[in-house]
Amino acid sequence: MTRVLLAEFADQRRFVEAARRARDARYRMVDAYTPYPVEELSFAFDHGRSKIRLAMFIGGVLMAALAYGLEYYSGVIDYPYDSGGRPFDAWPAFMLVPFATGILLAAICGFATFLFEAGLPHLSHPLFAINTFARASQDRFLLAVEPPHEDDDRPAAAEMLAGLGAISVREVER
Amino acid sequence: MTLAITIPAEQPGETERWTLPEARSLEAVNAIVAAPLLERSSWRWRAWWIGFGISLVMTAAFLLTIFLVFYRGIGIWGVNSTVVWGLAIADYVWWIGIGNAGTLISSMLLLMRQKWRASTNRFAEAMTLFAATVAGIFPIIHLGRPIYFYWLTPYPNTMHVWPQWRSALIWDFWAILSYILFSILFWYVGLIPDFAAMRDRAQSRGPALFYGALALGWRGSWRQWQVYERLHLALACLGVPLVVSLHSVVGMDFAASLMPGWQETIFPPYFVVGAMYSGFAMVACLSALVRWGFRMEALITTAHFDVMAKVMLAAAIIMGLSYATEWFNAWYGGERADRSLVAFEFAGHYAPMFWALLLCNVVIPQAFWWPGIRRSVVAVFVICILINIGMWLERILIIWNTLSHDYLPSAWRIFLPTIWDWMVTFGSLGLFAMMFLIFVRVIPVVSMHEVRKLVAEGEPS
Repeated sequence: MTRVLLAEFADQRRFVEAARRARDARYRMVDAYTPYPVEELSFAFDHGRSKIRLAMFIGGVLMAALAYGLEYYSGVIDYPYDSGGRPFDAWPAFMLVPFATGILLAAICGFATFLFEAGLPHLSHPLFAINTFARASQDRFLLAVEPPHEDDDRPAAAEMLAGLGAISVREVER
Repeated sequence: MTLAITIPAEQPGETERWTLPEARSLEAVNAIVAAPLLERSSWRWRAWWIGFGISLVMTAAFLLTIFLVFYRGIGIWGVNSTVVWGLAIADYVWWIGIGNAGTLISSMLLLMRQKWRASTNRFAEAMTLFAATVAGIFPIIHLGRPIYFYWLTPYPNTMHVWPQWRSALIWDFWAILSYILFSILFWYVGLIPDFAAMRDRAQSRGPALFYGALALGWRGSWRQWQVYERLHLALACLGVPLVVSLHSVVGMDFAASLMPGWQETIFPPYFVVGAMYSGFAMVACLSALVRWGFRMEALITTAHFDVMAKVMLAAAIIMGLSYATEWFNAWYGGERADRSLVAFEFAGHYAPMFWALLLCNVVIPQAFWWPGIRRSVVAVFVICILINIGMWLERILIIWNTLSHDYLPSAWRIFLPTIWDWMVTFGSLGLFAMMFLIFVRVIPVVSMHEVRKLVAEGEPS
C-alpha cells in the first residue's frame, strides 16, 4: 500500500495549474479523479497505450470473416439451392450479414477491452471510503500526488497544494 | 444546405448558447438531472402516472392483438391476396426509422463536434433502443407462422436446411439484431459515469446499491476517462455506418423486389433520410416533453429546438426532392406500370392520404424557415407531430399504392384496415411510451458528464 496526497479542487483552472506546479516540483503524478474528462491534464500523465481499437479491429474482421465463411459454407457447400440461376456464392447479397455482425462484435470486443483497461468492474475500492471522493464524480477535481522525497516533505507538500487553491489535502492509502 | 451548423466567432460561446444561466455550474447540472430520480417525494408524478396508465392500457391492447394474431392468424388484419403487407410492415418501417435518430444524434453529431447533443443524446438513444425493439416485433408477428421465426438463425438442425442468405428477411433479422445490441452497448457505455454520479449522490442504501452496481465501480480516474473516450469515439465511428446500413436494408426490402414504385435505386438513401427525418421529429417531441416534465428549461433551450428544426427543414427539402425524383423517373423511364402507379398515387383510392403526406412532410415544415417558429417549443412540437404522421402515411402508402396497383390490372385490390390493424398500430405506441416512461424514472435523462464538460468550457479561465 502506498500512501499519497489527495488534494481537492473546486474548479478546473486551479486544478490544472496545481498539477502543472506539482509536476514542475518533480512530484510523482499518481492519478486524477474528475467529473468529466479534462484534456488539459495530458501533460501530467502518460498517455498509456490502449488496445481498444486494435481489439475492435481484430474482433470485427474475424467476425465478418466468420459470417461470410458461414454463408459460403451453407450456401455453396452444405445446402446449395438454385434460386432462378443465381450464383451460389452471391457475394453482393452476402455482404450485409458480415458487415452488421462484424460491427457488433467489434463493439463487444471494444467494450470488453475497455473494462479490462479501466479496471472495471471494481465495486469496492479504498478510495470510496474517503468522504470527499464522492464529489469527484460530481463537481470536484481530485489530484493524487506523491512528493519526491518520502519522509519530511509531506506537510510542506500539503501546504504547497493548499496554497495553490486546494480546498482540502489529505493523506490516503491507494 | 449542410447538416453541420457552423458558429461564427463573434457569437456567444457554446455554453451561453446551449444553457441558461441557472444551469451554468457543475452542481447545478447535477441537481437538475438527479433531483427527479433521487428526491422522489418532492416531485409530483401525477402526469407521469396518467401517462403510464394510458400506456399500460395501450400495451395490453397490443398484447391482445398479438395473441389473436398468433391464435387465429394474420387474416384478422386487412391483408388480402393482393396487398399482402399491411399496417404491420408499414409500422415496422416507421418504427425502425424513428429508431435511427438516436444513434445519428449521438454518433454523427459527436463526430461533427456539435456540442448541443450533450443534453439530448441520452433520451434520444433511449428512444432509439425502444423504437428498434418495438420495430423488431412486427416482422415476427407478420410471419404467417411466427412459431418458426427462429429458422432465421443459422444453426445445425435435423432438417439439414440453412437460412436463405439472399432474402431480405434475413438481412432484416441480422441488421436489427446487431443494431439493437450495438445500441444497448453504446448507451450503457455513455451511462457508466452518470451511474457513478447517481451512486455518489444517493442518500439511501437502495438507490446507492442499484446505481453502484450499474456504475461498475467507476472512479473517474485519468486512465478511466482516457479509455472511455477512446471507446466512445470508436463506437461512434462504427455507429454511423451501422445506422445507415440498417435503414438501407429496410429500403432494400422493397428495392430488391420487382414491383413498380419499389424497384428503384434511390430507395436506400431515401429511406435513410426519411428515417432521420421522422427520428428527429420524434426527438424534438420527446425533448419538449422531457423539458416540461422535468423542468429542464435551463438544459434544453429554445436554441436546441432551433437547430433540430433546421435539420428537419433540410430533411423536408430532401424528402420533397426524393418524391419528385420518383415521379420524374416514372415518367422518364416510360414504363406503363410506373406511370400508371404515379397517376394512382395522385388520383387513386388513397389520394387524400397522399396529399396529406405531401402536406405534412414537405409543405408544413417549410414554416421552419421563420426563426420565430423554430424557437417556439409549441410550434415545433405541433409540426413534429405532423411530420411523424406524414412519415407514417408515407410508409403506409409505399406499401398500399404499389401492392394495390402493380403490373396485373386484374389483381388490383384495395387494402381496408380492420380494428386489429389499428389496435396493433396504436398498441405499439403504448408499448413505446411505457418503456420510455419507465426509463425516465430510473435513469438520468440527460448525460450529466457531457453537459458538465460543456458548462466547464464556458467558465472564465
